[in-house]
Amino acid sequence: MRPVKLKIKRQDGPRQPSYWQSFSVPWQPHMNVISALMEIQKRPVTEGGERVTPVVWECVCLEEVCGSCTMLVNGRVRQSCSAMVDALASNGETITLEPMTKFPVVRDLVVDRSRMFDDLKRVRAWIQIDGSHALGPGPRQSSENQEVAYPLSRCMTCGCCLEACPQIAKPGAESATARTARGDFVGAAAINQVRLFNMNPSGQMHAAERLDAVMGEGGVEDCGKAQNCAAVCPKEIPLVDSIAVVGRAATKRMLLGWLLK
Amino acid sequence: MGATSTSIRSQSGKVRRAIVVGGGLAGLTTVIKLCEAGVPVDVLSLVPVRRSHSVCAQGGINASVNTRGEGDSPQVHLEETIYGGDFLANQPPVKGMCDAAPNIVFMLDRMGVPFNRTPEGLLDFRRFGGTLFHRTAFAGATTGQQLLYALDEQVRRWETVDVEDDKGATIPGEKMVRKFEWWDFLSLVIDDAGLCRGIVAQDLKTMEVRAFPGDAVCLATGGPGILFGKSTNSVINTGTAASAAYQQGACYANGEFIQVHPTAIPGADKLRLISESVRGEGGRIWVPRDPKEQRSGRDVPENARDYFLEERYPAYGNLVPRDIASRELFRKCIHERRGIYNPRSNKNEDEVYLDVTHLPREVLKKKLAGVLEIYEKFAGEDPFTNPMRVFPAVHYSMGGLWVDFERTADGSVALGSPRNQATNIPGLYAAGECDYQYHGANRLGANSLLSCIWAGTIAGPAMVTYRKNLAKSSWDCPSSLFERAEKRDEKKFAAILAMEGDENAYALHDELAHVMLVDCTIERKNATLDAVLAKIEEIADRSKRLGVTDRATGKMNQGAQYVRHLRNMIVLARVIAQGARNRDESRGAHYKPEAPARDDAAWLRTTLALHQGEVDGAAAAVRFVREVDYPLLGAPVHATDAVDVSLVRPRPRKYEAADAANRASARPPEAGAQNAPAAAPTNPRTGNRANAR
Ligand SMILES: Cc1cc2nc3c(=O)[nH]c(=O)nc-3n(C[C@H](O)[C@H](O)[C@H](O)COP(=O)(O)OP(=O)(O)OC[C@H]3O[C@@H](n4cnc5c(N)ncnc54)[C@H](O)[C@@H]3O)c2cc1C
Ligand code: SF4
Ligand code: SF4
Ligand code: FES
Repeated sequence: MRPVKLKIKRQDGPRQPSYWQSFSVPWQPHMNVISALMEIQKRPVTEGGERVTPVVWECVCLEEVCGSCTMLVNGRVRQSCSAMVDALASNGETITLEPMTKFPVVRDLVVDRSRMFDDLKRVRAWIQIDGSHALGPGPRQSSENQEVAYPLSRCMTCGCCLEACPQIAKPGAESATARTARGDFVGAAAINQVRLFNMNPSGQMHAAERLDAVMGEGGVEDCGKAQNCAAVCPKEIPLVDSIAVVGRAATKRMLLGWLLK
Repeated sequence: MGATSTSIRSQSGKVRRAIVVGGGLAGLTTVIKLCEAGVPVDVLSLVPVRRSHSVCAQGGINASVNTRGEGDSPQVHLEETIYGGDFLANQPPVKGMCDAAPNIVFMLDRMGVPFNRTPEGLLDFRRFGGTLFHRTAFAGATTGQQLLYALDEQVRRWETVDVEDDKGATIPGEKMVRKFEWWDFLSLVIDDAGLCRGIVAQDLKTMEVRAFPGDAVCLATGGPGILFGKSTNSVINTGTAASAAYQQGACYANGEFIQVHPTAIPGADKLRLISESVRGEGGRIWVPRDPKEQRSGRDVPENARDYFLEERYPAYGNLVPRDIASRELFRKCIHERRGIYNPRSNKNEDEVYLDVTHLPREVLKKKLAGVLEIYEKFAGEDPFTNPMRVFPAVHYSMGGLWVDFERTADGSVALGSPRNQATNIPGLYAAGECDYQYHGANRLGANSLLSCIWAGTIAGPAMVTYRKNLAKSSWDCPSSLFERAEKRDEKKFAAILAMEGDENAYALHDELAHVMLVDCTIERKNATLDAVLAKIEEIADRSKRLGVTDRATGKMNQGAQYVRHLRNMIVLARVIAQGARNRDESRGAHYKPEAPARDDAAWLRTTLALHQGEVDGAAAAVRFVREVDYPLLGAPVHATDAVDVSLVRPRPRKYEAADAANRASARPPEAGAQNAPAAAPTNPRTGNRANAR
């Protein structure tokens, strides 16, 4: 059976040097990058025959809905579970795997994306409900509204958009909180959440708070409009529109703020 | 009861927290309920909670809102759930769930879930298995994702809320929710009196082992599907936490009831689900009448197709319950060798067609995009123009940790009772797929998301009551209790790191999964089950001689963690297989060709399993009992394996008839059964016909 060849960038722990290793595993039908990694896990031997520690990576759903398995596959940021081997290497080409570069590496292909969850806090990405007890049906909404909101809501916090964004810096040593305090760009995913919650009939009531969170340093203004984010988003979320919508709303709010001063 | 029992702080001034392990729908709901009652919580999860397995649920969540005026009601929902579960579920908790369902869906809507809408702006509902009604609310075909996100967002909001002391002043540095993501639950901390006082867990980034005190603990750790190897489940669903709790004395119930879903895509790493909602929206299952048929699916003319489910079950058709549909598919492919021809392998495969090509593309895009995209991505074929190829796959565990409930006089559950969702270890609660409570012998589609949220809805208040009445807070227990537990688990982990045997954990898991899948799912034979049990003992024995592939310390080590999960899977496999061996009848998902009938006289009872012997796999046995006794807040509680069938009288389950599942609603139960349902709802037969596709 023809082998599947992989070249993997490894790193033993946070802030340690990285190095490459090559592996070769047997091909199977319907194979994706994850099943190739699973083979390495079972038999962690390099192409050169050296026994090594198994490659560490992250995955949960295996159907491109949880966002966890994101990495650079042949240099392109994407989910490794939906990266099918036959499509990547139809003639037995070597597939390269690397961890994302905009998040700190935990080990091998695993990175720490906590900053994305912190950013959801920062932009207050939730509806301020009065409580979870029985309060009757929610507000009526048109199908048209749902058809705009639902695609925005499919963001799986995978980080592709941040990885591709030229405005996002590679991680330094500082914590996520320090980074926010320094005024790092919040990124497309969180801005998209602002749009999502600000278009919800209940969410609208707190639209100003969310806009405030993305105004000023590190906010929506910092977007260089390179549109890389939309190009790599696996859920095809219209991020450019979201940034435009939120940007306009933020400008409006800013002008209003001046007028009221 | 001490003066401090309702205080937010322990005697030593620490914030008294409760613990929720697991951040799927069940866990997050429990957290929200605890926070709303003012109880601060520590949440632990293997993965960031937003990536929990609940994210995979596609089809939707049931609630009898009856927006189409079909005569649906919570009472009909109850009856269909009970009937679908072949009468093995205790009925009061199911009644509580079905009654609460509309408000649960409304709550989710208020939280911002982008549910699909009707032209009038109301929630849209679709059909699912085991019912003739439109009862399933949905957000495209990624409903679980949307529900999980909504709850995750609410919990994140609680992460920003300060804890207040008894006088209402904020306690610096203390937030209502503290999240511990990338932590693996290892064990319970149980004191000398047998009370659960907290847990021990391991930080997966550093492998640090640490004990967490908690006044009450809820396990909401999901199902054990990975035990069967490839399934529709996420890779983290090993059932490790439930297994560990079982080994420490928690009772495990109805373990043998494993749901096999009829329609999944074959894959190298996972059998990806094609949701029942596809059939709910009109998708049809068929095979060519002629097994030698080699034309591609779409070119096979109508009269050469065998729509075998529709033929046999004229009313429910493609939406018969999953256990039945899976057996029919299995029979077609395995027994009748009627699986369809696959040009890639150039032979007939164990696959049938699931066809949506006759449905309007617009509708498919609006209502099923998420699922059809999965097919397109992973099978590499266009489901809009070619019928999909599917086969059954292990999907869900009806069984799980045994939990209690307190019944009200009218046959529902008493909200706020500390017995609800309580395991037999005082202070330990369970909710979600890891509990056994709501689905009997077979779960109806779209009832799981509901049962998870409902279980969390009652587990939270139960824990609040428990905590309030606890004589001594876990936070006032001597630190030695926690240090001892921590040491014990540190030692165990060190022992794993030192393993130098010749067995490989992944290969051993493959072996275990293979026998469980082949011999302990759709059809079960006693002789084969005996062989399975022998194999499990062999594997348990060999698991003592594993060689660990990764010896890294102080940093993420998945290899060593996996050894622990494997051992816990072996223990649960024994519970499942032995339960199946014992139950000599066929009921719901448990089918024995040798005993094809349901036997209520002998087996209308809950399987209750207790762990016996050594913890960690080998030299252990399952002790099956008929009663559970446990002390709760100083009072003894007694429960038995008898099923509470007071609301819907058991009757044979036959989906060939048109209104099989809800026929009881027209007839009050006979004398002897307690608490007849108040009023018989409208007979749905006339109402639903117009909507049947
Ligand atoms: C593909 C698919 C589609 C489905 N579609 C539907 C549907 O349409 N409708 C429906 O009603 N049901 C559906 N189901 C079933 C439903 O999704 C699950 O039963 C449900 O989501 C389980 O939720 P849960 O909260 O119990 O657990 P999960 O969502 O599985 O969450 C478990 C949590 O526990 C944590 N955890 C587990 N072990 C540990 C440990 N050792 N230490 C720390 N944390 C731990 C995990 O990290 C996670 O946060 C589907 C299931 C599958 C597989
Ligand atoms: S458009 Fe803005 S957010 Fe998107 S990649 Fe460019 S700079 Fe980043
Ligand atoms: S917006 Fe798209 S690319 Fe960015 S995190 Fe969300 S899903 Fe990923
Ligand atoms: S594993 Fe969930 S997106 Fe790949």
